[in-house]
Amino acid sequence: MATSLSPNTADSVAEAARPKPISLAQDIWRRFKRHRLALIGMVILIVIVVGVIIGPWLWTVPINEIDFGSRLKPPSAAHPFGTDDLGQDLLARMLYGGRISMAVGIAAMLIAIVVGTIVGSIAGMSRGIVDTALMWMTDLFLSLPQLPLLLLIIYLFRDSLKKIVGPEVGVFVMVVVVIGGFRWMPVARLVRAQFLSLREKEFVEAARALGASRTRQVARHILPNALGPVIVAGTIDVAAAIIAESTLSFLGLGFPPDIPTWGRMLFDAKDYLDIAPYWALFPGMLIFLTVLSINYIGDGLRDALDPRRVLG
Amino acid sequence: MKDAAMSEPLLRVKNLVKHFPVKGGLLGRTVDKVHAVDGVSFELAKGETLGVVGESGCGKSTTGRCILRLIEPTSGEVWFEGKNVTELDREGLRATSRDMQIIFQDPYASLNPRMTVGAIIGEPLTIHKLTKSSAEYEDRIVELLETVGLNADHLRRYPHEFSGGQRQRIGIARALAVKPKLIVCDEPVSALDVSIQAQVINLLEDLQEKFDLTYLFIAHDLSVVEHISDRVAVMYLGRIVEIAPARELYTSPKHPYTEALLSAVPIPEPGLLRTRIRLVGDVPNPINPPTGCHFHPRCPKAFDRCKVESPVLKQAADGHWAACHLNDVAA
Repeated sequence: MATSLSPNTADSVAEAARPKPISLAQDIWRRFKRHRLALIGMVILIVIVVGVIIGPWLWTVPINEIDFGSRLKPPSAAHPFGTDDLGQDLLARMLYGGRISMAVGIAAMLIAIVVGTIVGSIAGMSRGIVDTALMWMTDLFLSLPQLPLLLLIIYLFRDSLKKIVGPEVGVFVMVVVVIGGFRWMPVARLVRAQFLSLREKEFVEAARALGASRTRQVARHILPNALGPVIVAGTIDVAAAIIAESTLSFLGLGFPPDIPTWGRMLFDAKDYLDIAPYWALFPGMLIFLTVLSINYIGDGLRDALDPRRVLG
Repeated sequence: MKDAAMSEPLLRVKNLVKHFPVKGGLLGRTVDKVHAVDGVSFELAKGETLGVVGESGCGKSTTGRCILRLIEPTSGEVWFEGKNVTELDREGLRATSRDMQIIFQDPYASLNPRMTVGAIIGEPLTIHKLTKSSAEYEDRIVELLETVGLNADHLRRYPHEFSGGQRQRIGIARALAVKPKLIVCDEPVSALDVSIQAQVINLLEDLQEKFDLTYLFIAHDLSVVEHISDRVAVMYLGRIVEIAPARELYTSPKHPYTEALLSAVPIPEPGLLRTRIRLVGDVPNPINPPTGCHFHPRCPKAFDRCKVESPVLKQAADGHWAACHLNDVAA
């Protein structure tokens, strides 16, 4: 019996005793799954995203077919979500508009987070004049009256942008940049505040004592610990951007009126609330569901990214 | 260990000063300064352990951090193996970080909560490119873990899964990764349970023997320092008031402050009482330290000269230095 326990077997036993390497992504997914609401939110969001991406191919009713014979019709088999005041099919318009609203929301959030994180990190890491100057700039942006400025920017740049990249892409880029460009300041302040407290932490000091470069200190030690609140802020920004886009559309500054977006449809529907409540209800519910699920996903993501959370 | 003191010291600190500016007013001008470290000088021989004790706020941690330049000293020199650390550029400093390391007080704050233990201990190996392959990298981390009494199973866990003592061991392993010559131990056991304190101190002693380490051991507890130190320096308000071989300092202190501190150490012997010297008042504000001897407002033996003249460190016995005018009178 004893001979059967050759050194080889002993080795493989020792090998098996070592915990199986779990990659970081696996670990995050394991934690994320524990957050039930986040999981539900993700399922809903995936359904919406897949719906708006492949939906227009399945529901092939044109978005701009005007049919006065069936204007303001409640939901029916021919028009599952009803029709608007021009008799256009609401389901088709919502599927198409969802693409734009989602793309605007996510792209604007990314811009806000990237710009905010960069500005906040630089301000948080540098002392003295650079920090002060960047914070002045942030405060300046915060104190600017946004709407008049938006009008100005859009009047100045709309036509030249349209010429360069075409009307639809041009408007998209402009709307995203404008919305993102006015939402990075809270992120920058958040990141800076996190940096100020984190960079004095002993584990950052330990990294400095080990000879870690500044970039390494930020990338490995400070930023990962600062991102929790930023992710949550980012999910709220998606929601805010979707709503901001509808404001712009309402003012005639966003996408042209013939391009439906969720926000635009809401505003068009507001005059018919008493006759055709479903017209406002469906886009409103979609905005609500999207925003809510993104918020829960952000919540779950924050917890999943924090290894201190004990798996319950 | 004792004869090592004869040769060229590993570390020589000369007249180290750190003043923190106090900003105030509308324009954020420097209106005052905190005299955290006020002219500290000492030498540290290879393989030696120098204990540094003092009340909180006396500048002992600042001294330790200034030596590593984690805090930029205001003035003074730190010589390590013939190099003036205070004049090193960024690259030079990075290179010296292989020789000088630090162990922190709070094992909860000193480990990045988002990194696995393996990544924490492996970081110095990556920074200084100390291993050639990923297999060697992993083996070295496991070796370090085992050196401090942990094992390979702990590699992929996160710091929050460990107890205070285990975390402190991880911090020690991280410091050891670069094979340093000097380790500044900044109150390494103050945050731990008494039963764990002894384990960590014994570990530090074993490691010293194994790797020929030199320690600057900062603590606020004389009994902890007594056990591990060859020599002990007592600090008060940014200055060293007495520095002597450990045994000597404990048996025949030459500074009233040391006497008072020693009288507060409990004796593990029921019934045996020591005359307690009670210090009155608080430590003075380091923004505006007293004139003359910093200790004179609280010193039971102060006399007129103490208020005007600042005493310098003088050798009272062999290797026993104290900064007190009383020693002049006695001589």
